[in-house]
Amino acid sequence: MNFAFRAIYWREMVKFFRFKSVLFSSLIQPVMWLAFFGLAMSKSFDKLTSLLPSTPGVPNVDYLSYMGAGIIAMDVLFSSLFGGTNLLFDKKFSLLKETIASPISRVNIVLGVGLSGVTKSFIQTAIIVVFGGLIGMNFFEGYTPVQTLVSVVGIFLLVGIFTLGFLFLSGAIAITVEQPEGMQSILTLLSMPLFFISNALYPVDAFPEVLKFLSMFNPLTLLANGVRYFALGTNFSVMGDHYVYTTADIGMSFLGLIFFALATLSIILWRFNKVDI
Amino acid sequence: MRSNTLDKAVYGTAVGGVDLFMTANVIEVNNLEHSYGDLKAVDNISFTVQEGEIFSFLGPNGAGKSTVINILTTLRKIQKGKAKVNGYDVAKESKYVRKSIGIVFQMMCLDFEMTVCENLEYHGKIYSMPKEERRKRINELLKLTELESKRNTLAKDLSGGMKRRLELARGLMTKPAVLFLDEPTIGFDIQTRMRMWEYLREIKREGTTIFMTTHYMEEADQLSDRISIIDHGKIIVTGSALELKNKLGKDLLYLETSDNKVAAEVLRTIESVTAVNDDAKSLRIMLGVDVTHILPKIMDSIRQKGIEITTVNIKKPSMDDVFVHYTGHDLREGETQEKHEEGETVEALK
Repeated sequence: MNFAFRAIYWREMVKFFRFKSVLFSSLIQPVMWLAFFGLAMSKSFDKLTSLLPSTPGVPNVDYLSYMGAGIIAMDVLFSSLFGGTNLLFDKKFSLLKETIASPISRVNIVLGVGLSGVTKSFIQTAIIVVFGGLIGMNFFEGYTPVQTLVSVVGIFLLVGIFTLGFLFLSGAIAITVEQPEGMQSILTLLSMPLFFISNALYPVDAFPEVLKFLSMFNPLTLLANGVRYFALGTNFSVMGDHYVYTTADIGMSFLGLIFFALATLSIILWRFNKVDI
Repeated sequence: MRSNTLDKAVYGTAVGGVDLFMTANVIEVNNLEHSYGDLKAVDNISFTVQEGEIFSFLGPNGAGKSTVINILTTLRKIQKGKAKVNGYDVAKESKYVRKSIGIVFQMMCLDFEMTVCENLEYHGKIYSMPKEERRKRINELLKLTELESKRNTLAKDLSGGMKRRLELARGLMTKPAVLFLDEPTIGFDIQTRMRMWEYLREIKREGTTIFMTTHYMEEADQLSDRISIIDHGKIIVTGSALELKNKLGKDLLYLETSDNKVAAEVLRTIESVTAVNDDAKSLRIMLGVDVTHILPKIMDSIRQKGIEITTVNIKKPSMDDVFVHYTGHDLREGETQEKHEEGETVEALK
């Protein structure tokens, strides 16, 4: 077993903590989403939906808690989608040459970059869970400490796999395109449908059938569902909709995301073998 | 030490590459060819680099020097021919080749946001060097390149020469069998360049084999044990600087006369005049003997034809002269090709 990926990981983390502006904004961003968008939206949604009859005998979940899962998914999506940009700059400034010319294998490079992204996602997720708790996001309500621990581990696992998937995709684009501008526009183009055709911020029940169908395969939906399964329980109602998560659902989240991550892993390895510097 | 290797190198070439001194060939290249589309960048090149020597590729930009380096360092796939570095086949054993070499790229390639020490640390880590060994080697190299006081300075805050030295230190981090230098002093002023040469001599003294490319005549001349002049993808001639210059005769004589054409005819009849070039404003005359003995005779013969001599200039053959002699053009003329090569790199990136 070769542990050379630790070198790549080390460099990424040194730089993550060195750029204070990047560090600060990536930490403050989830807080802003929750504090401004989250509070504003949840107040209006709760006002609108308070008249809707909730399913009797099922715990009702407020919109902020429902959306909290979506904020995690969205925040992690953006940071990992743009996470590959580092590789683009490494390529542009010939830094990648040094790494590529070394005996380190491509898998190890990709793994090192991936794990550094996972670490950053974990930090952001933790911030959302803790800060959300302070402003009234009710995650893990009525859970025993053991249940809470299991749920936290579950959420982090899903977040980790999800991050790898998008980071690999982003990295593959980064080492393929020539210009940061090109990368920027591709990512914006990608993030739009991913973000809106998902149940991250609102239920998909009222979607047109096509979008509803598509949203089922959206990694963002898979992650949001998974986080809700762990954070809100298997049976709750929100905005008049009754949610029941089964073992099959959570299995689908895990398998779907693992499949996604493996697919993007093979894409990035393929692109890496083509890279010519 | 230096003259020793020089003799050895001369011997090596004299007997057609057969090594009488039992030194191993660290680089062996046979019939290497490489094309970008229709353009043949490297055209049937063969050469060897012996252990402990500094071997230079001297040629204009676009001559194919960087392509050869990229192939030998496994950054570019070999198309045709065979190449071995440190005994490993570049095509089949690239991983072992990579472990055997250090590289200083033509383009600056440091992580500017990391410190001097971190840049070296990163390099040691990606080559899986153990921690203790990394620490020791970093200390040694910072001392060698006189960057000890800059240990915790961000790379972006170093001067140009210091950045290059850091790259040099990084290339040596893993104690490579061969150090590849692609235009090591490109763009530097002469003081910085000469300082860099001192470091390279020191590295050579420590036993590292160096393969470098350059388009600076004096760099090839000052540093190399052996030089290959490369032009249009071909090796034109190989030898030590001394050998190459000696082939041009003992002295070079430049004359400006009232009639260069006729004067050239006269000169060609004189024994010990090995070659006369009348293309330029002044006649360039290569002499097989010391100029002091033959100059009076030359001047007399020309005057006898009623031709007036206006200027006389005498010099020892330089690498410039060697280059012009073998390639038929000035090195600087070749620089128009620079744009072309840049185009190539962009092409390759796609």
